[in-house]
Amino acid sequence: MSATGFLSQLLQLAIALLLAPVLVGWVNQCRAWLSNRSAPPLLQPYRTIRKLFTKDAVVAENASWLFRMTPYIVFAAMALAAAIVPSLATDLPFARAADAIALVGLFALARVFAALAAMDIGTAFGSMGARREMFVGFLAEPALLMVLFTASLISGSTSLPTIVDTLAHREFAIYPSLAFAGVAFTMVSLAENARIPIDNPATHLELTMIHEAMLLEYSARHLALLEWASALKLFNYSCIGLALFLPFGIAEGSADWLAILGATPVLIVKLAVGGFALAMIETLSAKLRIFRAPEFLGTAFLLAVLAMLVNLMLGS
Amino acid sequence: MIEILAVLGVPVAGAALLALVGGRARAAEINVGVCLITFAGAVALTVRVIGEGPLLIASKLFFVDSFNVFLIALTAFVGLTTSIFSRPYMRIEQELGHLTPGRLRLYHSMFQLFNFTMLLALSTNNMGLLWVAMEAATLTTVLLISLYRTPASLEAAWKYFILCGVGIAQALFGTILLYFAAEKLLGAGGNALLWTELNSVKGALEPTVLSLAFVFLLVGYGTKVGLVPLHNWLPDAHAEGPTPVSAVLSGLLLNVALYAVVRCKVLVEGSVQTSFARTLMMGFGLLSVVVASLLLLRQKDIKRLFAYSSIEHMGIITFAFGMGGPIASFAGLLHMTVHSLTKSAIFFAVGHATQKAGTQLMDGIRGLVTISPLIGWGLAVGALAILGMPPFGVFASEFLILTTAIHEQPWATPLLLGALGISFAAIFSRVQPMVFGETTVKRLPHRPAMIPVFVHLGIVLMLGLWIPPFLADWYRQAARLIG
Amino acid sequence: MQHIPLWAQLINLLAAVLLLLAFAMLAQRRVLTLINLFAAQGFALASSTAIVAFATHQPHLYWSVGLTLVLKVMLLPWLLHRLILKLDVRWDVEGLINIPTTMLLGIVLVVFAFNLALPISQLANTVTRATLGIAMASVMLAFLMMITRRKAIPQVIGFLAMENGLFFAATSATYGMPMVVELGIALDVLVAMLILGVFFFQIREQFDSLDLQHLEKLKE
Repeated sequence: MSATGFLSQLLQLAIALLLAPVLVGWVNQCRAWLSNRSAPPLLQPYRTIRKLFTKDAVVAENASWLFRMTPYIVFAAMALAAAIVPSLATDLPFARAADAIALVGLFALARVFAALAAMDIGTAFGSMGARREMFVGFLAEPALLMVLFTASLISGSTSLPTIVDTLAHREFAIYPSLAFAGVAFTMVSLAENARIPIDNPATHLELTMIHEAMLLEYSARHLALLEWASALKLFNYSCIGLALFLPFGIAEGSADWLAILGATPVLIVKLAVGGFALAMIETLSAKLRIFRAPEFLGTAFLLAVLAMLVNLMLGS
Repeated sequence: MIEILAVLGVPVAGAALLALVGGRARAAEINVGVCLITFAGAVALTVRVIGEGPLLIASKLFFVDSFNVFLIALTAFVGLTTSIFSRPYMRIEQELGHLTPGRLRLYHSMFQLFNFTMLLALSTNNMGLLWVAMEAATLTTVLLISLYRTPASLEAAWKYFILCGVGIAQALFGTILLYFAAEKLLGAGGNALLWTELNSVKGALEPTVLSLAFVFLLVGYGTKVGLVPLHNWLPDAHAEGPTPVSAVLSGLLLNVALYAVVRCKVLVEGSVQTSFARTLMMGFGLLSVVVASLLLLRQKDIKRLFAYSSIEHMGIITFAFGMGGPIASFAGLLHMTVHSLTKSAIFFAVGHATQKAGTQLMDGIRGLVTISPLIGWGLAVGALAILGMPPFGVFASEFLILTTAIHEQPWATPLLLGALGISFAAIFSRVQPMVFGETTVKRLPHRPAMIPVFVHLGIVLMLGLWIPPFLADWYRQAARLIG
Repeated sequence: MQHIPLWAQLINLLAAVLLLLAFAMLAQRRVLTLINLFAAQGFALASSTAIVAFATHQPHLYWSVGLTLVLKVMLLPWLLHRLILKLDVRWDVEGLINIPTTMLLGIVLVVFAFNLALPISQLANTVTRATLGIAMASVMLAFLMMITRRKAIPQVIGFLAMENGLFFAATSATYGMPMVVELGIALDVLVAMLILGVFFFQIREQFDSLDLQHLEKLKE
């Protein structure tokens, strides 16, 4: 466990926690630009979170310990995932304990607890949101696993830093399997992060909510943690995508901390471009009916499996 | 060279001519004339092959040996007799209002084109061209089957197109695999698909590729032969199209498709030293025989009845070729010839019988012999011939096949005997009330053409009693080739 | 991982695009888009043959490229478009089984096709031999499309797509068939299309619709 490794781990976690809300704010601003509207300021999500922390939490009388613990569990899971995904460097002490499959497991843990807490109170909207969230997650998880398996097949290991190392060192060539996997990954991350075309993050109609319905009962610090965790989830997915498909600029295994510091602006630029692309996709698509979600995610799964098969067949 | 030009070029020219004048009064006579010239060319080709042995014509593009020469002559002959039969038949159909002059034009020109594609498939040396000709044969008959524009005929034509199209696509893949295996030994370019070249290097071709290729080729061309379970198009196509088309489909196209299968089998056997190809052919053949004979019991339409009978007989022939050996292959070749002649004769008689009765349902046809003894007796004798009564030729070939089966594949013999028995009962019990008894049929406005029927049956009778030496010689040589 | 030349990478990419287009056709509901996808497939096919022709110095393949372009990218889609206009077809086609199940079946078929093609591609000596599995997979997917469709025109497009896959198989395993055979096949396809065009009108005249359920009355 080298000093640079420890440093890069801490830096990465700090950057994730700090930048996640800004990413959400940036996506909102791009969406507003593309719709020819004026957006809330870039740092508005910070203000929202700070405001929520200063309020008093109101909890329903029949809520159990699960309801109160869930925000902390979810936030912890997302923060841990942020620590594992190599966004700045590949020499991460924590990452030796977890690989791609454990990462998916972390996301699943967060999702399960959020769904259970939504059903804890017993309201109709909570249960409905929980059911829909599990439905989407059930369809999206295999696709995500397949994408990660494709990357693992190419690099020969499921450990994320190893994947990044191998992919970054390949000479520039056209890899159809990675292209397919990239499209599949985009579709999956749209579904998992409750973005159009699966879910509208700005909706106020409870009947159309999937992710928001699970947050309806929360207030104050609980809600702040959950909002922060959602932003972290988006940040994590973006970093996974960048690590798998655009791994240039990430500091290699035995780099010095100058390289790590240099990796930060590269990450910010990549995230900015990615956020703009996400806003573009959201503006150009319409929200699908919930019954069409299986088709959407089925296509993603299909593309991911195709990527794997094409890789097996063509060797690229 | 000139003979093959006549055999192939005359039908094409005839098709072009009939496309222009096929709706006029004399079109049927022109049709017969064109077929006559084609037949003359085929006879000349046959005489040449008798004299000189196997021929490679036009820089190896065509190859005529003992296996396909009699098939070429048979095709041209049955084409001729069918055109003679179709003359009064189509005239009656026109008067009954089932056909317009435009459709008659289509019918005549497509008939000649169909002849051309079959003769091309039989005489070509290039396996790729064989595929093209088979596909073209399918295409020329699609519109013929839907000639009457009834819902049933449209359905039959659509099924025919789709099922045979898919089957032929499998055969294309098999041909590609064949080319792929051959290219390594014979180099890229046209030579790698020539059957004569492939035959000379078949021992060195890659066995795995060839077995895979044979599966695709058997499934593909086997669809056109009507092997179960790929036979679904056959009863519909034969029942709904005009009777001359049923006659040539049953009598000729099935033979040509089986010819293609056997050519491929010869190549595969030389490369794969196991009995893989034979087992497959025996299996499909036996399945066809059994299933077809069982389905015969349920038929109510006379043309469908005889269509299933065609499936059964093609199954017997495939089984015979699958068994292999000199006697079985000889019997298979003989059966191909006599089945073709008998089945087309039956369809000629059936055609006029249905016209007399006004329906194709067997319950509606009764007592043919009272009004028209020729048609009645033609149908009765034809049915007896196809059922394997001695002394007709079908009995001889079935007898040879059964005795070989008892020797080599005893487990199959009870199945074969049972199936033949069932089909005998089914067909005989249906034909008997149709021919004899109280009559319900009327006279026809034109005289029916029964001469082709009796000519065919006469030849079949002769082949049952005595096979001309040159024919027997060809059968033996071809049997040796087939192995 | 050994170095693959650029043109082989391009061919691999085009093969993957071909497979993707086959799946897209399987899942597509609108007929107009189906025809455009078919044209795109033809274009991918022609491009891949052109690259092979350029890289392996076989000028006779350029004729094949031209034939494919004229027939499959221009003539056949144009015929189909005209047919649709005249028949006034505007369907949102529902297949026999729903789309996610069809896609899953498609994946199973792809795996099967890859397995089938593996021994053959090991024997081949062309540089594009790895794409033989993809060619077989697109043939099987087109076949699946034919089986699961209920209307006439998507079935026909499936048939043509099957022929596309076979053509790609020929190019990838053997650098194309002899020219005579290719011309014959092209002629067959064209004639088939023309005959089908006539045939569709007959069906429509009789049944007033092109739904194939009307064509299922004849049983044993």
